[in-house]
Amino acid sequence: MFDLSGMTALVTGASGGIGSAIARGLAAQGARLAVSGSNEARLEEFRASLGGADHVALPCNLSDPAAVDALVPQAVAALGRLDILVNNAGVTRDNLAMRMKDEEWDTVIRVNLEAAFRLMRAAAKPMIKARFGRMISITSVVGQTGNPGQANYAASKAGLVGLSKAMGQELASRGITVNCVAPGFIRSAMTDVLPEAQKTALTGRIPAGDLGTGEDIAAAVVYLASREAGYVTGQTLHVNGGMAMV
Amino acid sequence: MSETADRVKKIVVEHLGVEAEKVTEEASFIDDLGADSLDIVELVMAFEEEFGVEIPDDAAEKITTVKDAITYIDEHKA
Repeated sequence: MFDLSGMTALVTGASGGIGSAIARGLAAQGARLAVSGSNEARLEEFRASLGGADHVALPCNLSDPAAVDALVPQAVAALGRLDILVNNAGVTRDNLAMRMKDEEWDTVIRVNLEAAFRLMRAAAKPMIKARFGRMISITSVVGQTGNPGQANYAASKAGLVGLSKAMGQELASRGITVNCVAPGFIRSAMTDVLPEAQKTALTGRIPAGDLGTGEDIAAAVVYLASREAGYVTGQTLHVNGGMAMV
Repeated sequence: MSETADRVKKIVVEHLGVEAEKVTEEASFIDDLGADSLDIVELVMAFEEEFGVEIPDDAAEKITTVKDAITYIDEHKA
């Protein structure tokens, strides 16, 4: 089950915490990857660490629309085909809505939502031709629940859900599925530095009693990317230890 | 019938799975040949590939019949 050998995938934000786990998960199932990220040196180091098959690194600044539009064609050229697109890259610019600068709003929407749309629009072309495709966007529990200080981020993540439902309907007849994975609190460099008291308060809200891991998210992505998940589209798979049941 | 017309009709027959005799020059992709809007996008992609032309979105929107496609391609192919 969930064998991805012979398939190729483009993963954005691949050198980050969750992104690297997703990339490793897809590679472990046999997929050949184009990993993308903004930090060229870190990305190349990560690509090399994947070992094995001929994975490629494609640096890209997702706030630059022209660079984003070029990314899928670059991936197709490098990999020969594109079966799986994982929109994982995301940024935060937290602030109370009343204090939020235009730039904080714009940056988050541009990177988290607009870049995802541009990549999905571009990926649809080779996927339609192939009569097969898997588009998976990493959204967030806060896209569903909201979170004070994250009006921009929550809007961008909820936007991904609507975007995926619309495109899922447009492309279902061509063998392309479009889904989201919504992580809850995931252990990362960001959560590692939280004070113990805050960590305890955080886990107290999670029925499973612990933070999730990148591997928990990767497993959900691998499932949605697999041939076996071909009848699942327009869905959001929540991976959050039960902290929000939607 | 022009060579372009032959190749266009062949693509239409293959993509839409319709009988060749239904693909007249006057036939509308949507009204006569049962295409939906995504089929049109795919047909345009196939025409671009077959003839090496680029059909921008605003031009693609005006291509509603087989004849529209043949005319556009004849005017723009290299």
